[in-house]
Amino acid sequence: MTIARSPEHELFRATVRDFVAREVTPFVDEWEANGIFPAHDVFAKLGALGVLGLEYAPELGGAGVDHTYKVVLGEELGRIPCGGVSMAITVQLDMATPSLARHGSPDLQARYLAPAIRGEHVAAIAVTEPDAGSDVAGLRTRARRDGDEWVVNGTKLYITNGVQADWLCLLVRTSNEGGYQGMSQIVFPTDTPGFSVSRKLDKLGNRSSDTAELSFVDARVPVANTIGEIGRGFQQQMEQFEYERLIASYVAVGQMQCALERTREYLRERHAFGRPLLANQHLQYLWAELAAELDLLRHYNWSCADAIVAGNDEVRRMSAIAKLKAGRLIREVADFCIQVHGGIGYMEETWTARFYRDARLLSIGGGADEVMLQLLSRLDGATA
Amino acid sequence: MHVVVCVKQIPDPAVPGALDAYNTLQREGKLILDESDSYGVEMALQLVDAAGGGEVTLISMAPNGEVSGLRTALAMGAAKAILVSDPALAGSDALGTAKVLAKCVERAGGVDLVLAATESSDGYTGTVPAQMAELLSMPALTFAKHVEVADGKIKIQRQTEAGYDVVEASLPVVVTVTAGVVEPRYPSFKGIMAAKNKPVDAVTAADLGLADQVGWAGARQEITGVTQAPARQAGEKIEDDGTGFEKIVGYLEKLKVI
Repeated sequence: MTIARSPEHELFRATVRDFVAREVTPFVDEWEANGIFPAHDVFAKLGALGVLGLEYAPELGGAGVDHTYKVVLGEELGRIPCGGVSMAITVQLDMATPSLARHGSPDLQARYLAPAIRGEHVAAIAVTEPDAGSDVAGLRTRARRDGDEWVVNGTKLYITNGVQADWLCLLVRTSNEGGYQGMSQIVFPTDTPGFSVSRKLDKLGNRSSDTAELSFVDARVPVANTIGEIGRGFQQQMEQFEYERLIASYVAVGQMQCALERTREYLRERHAFGRPLLANQHLQYLWAELAAELDLLRHYNWSCADAIVAGNDEVRRMSAIAKLKAGRLIREVADFCIQVHGGIGYMEETWTARFYRDARLLSIGGGADEVMLQLLSRLDGATA
Repeated sequence: MHVVVCVKQIPDPAVPGALDAYNTLQREGKLILDESDSYGVEMALQLVDAAGGGEVTLISMAPNGEVSGLRTALAMGAAKAILVSDPALAGSDALGTAKVLAKCVERAGGVDLVLAATESSDGYTGTVPAQMAELLSMPALTFAKHVEVADGKIKIQRQTEAGYDVVEASLPVVVTVTAGVVEPRYPSFKGIMAAKNKPVDAVTAADLGLADQVGWAGARQEITGVTQAPARQAGEKIEDDGTGFEKIVGYLEKLKVI
């Protein structure tokens, strides 16, 4: 079940679905086992397809179309039978690049955004630290100014694409103001001396995606690599999070749609007590209820996309709601899928096991559920 | 070089099909590009590239002005399309279809090469390209698994049971290409957006001067019945008692493959 917005949206959907089925899905088991996937190869193909720069300027190789195509792209990436690869792709699409596209200088965009759109560069977003996750204001990694250079010292943690990234959209402190003040976003090339990947991290799920701890020791980058205004990094990052939360919700809809379809077919084929499991009204109703919840989210996502296109101020609130509800719903869906599959659903060889592990992240990454609730209660005046 | 590609828009094979009262496939719903035609489109694009210039024109016959399959091929890179859509075409047999497509080739004008799949994925007659060639007075080169064009000549490798034949002809010609002749490209996003503004010349049977020669009126064949294909016989099961390999070897020897 999908929403058809225009013939172009539909042809784009068919193309991405075909691409995923032929170029990604057949390799997923191998990548999951390896704990990493060949991001440069996959991104180069995606770049040739033109999907890494949908909303970005044609001068940079983008397509210059509106945000609604992202909904289609996200939903179709959700059909990849693992969460890791779609997560890595969406980091490039909507987590590491939106600030650069919106606030970066033309020179910075030409050197880093254009190759990311072509899929030659792999980008990562480096915000989280050992002592600052959802509480971004607590971050400590610091860039001290020395003439025309920033000298970066600190540690970043849980960085998706961190092992393979060519550059980071790095959020650091550039003054002593503390709290939400005095942070900046910097394009940080990973071949900079003083930078290293200290660890590739082992995770519960999303195993095909590489996640790293990154270390910065007197690593020097030009001040000209600052994205937008010095000192406005936190505000720019909050804006960038809106895109991150939305694409995560778009992908989740595709993942849940796929999971519910697969589960429905399993219940139709699996016989117990002399009839298909799907003849059991309890299971029919559970399925229908989740499909109904999913449909609400699907339509909400489209409303979010339309709000982005309209430049609506509500996007901050709506993106938090979308991710909160997507994160909760996908946990319910994953639990349902594994439960009604029974023993075989608990087996690693069945898709439900991976889905159950991978789905758990959405309520944590991009701001935990609790942070979404904190933001929403504040925006709606439900605080005292 | 001007290459025309015959493109069929068919009901999605992933969705169960249904027959109408005349035993022909119902085509009311959304149609998609026949995958077997995507090879011809790709081949055409590559040949035009290799020739250093020219364009690819699509020709298609479909009910209800359907263009979604054509859009896919236009998004891959074809320049324009001629679409014949006319209620009068309903019931056309293979020869009627060939007449319509041959007229489209003439309408496209200045054509060096006509490409088609060896057969469509829904009709499977496999006769239309050869009929078109006859109507156009062009040679028909069929089952090409490799195509080269140079100096006004075409050379193909024609797939046979034993291997392939090398067949040459002077342009213009009609060529049918096998699945796998090339790897069809994905329509790029820019291609998808560009396809929106590419010209689709919509014509009727009457525009082509074929009003009374197509559809039920012009058909020289009718489908008198459709029956279920016989179920496949179950194969012979050999329980391996340690000598199973002997039975397999014996079977393969009987087939003369070893």
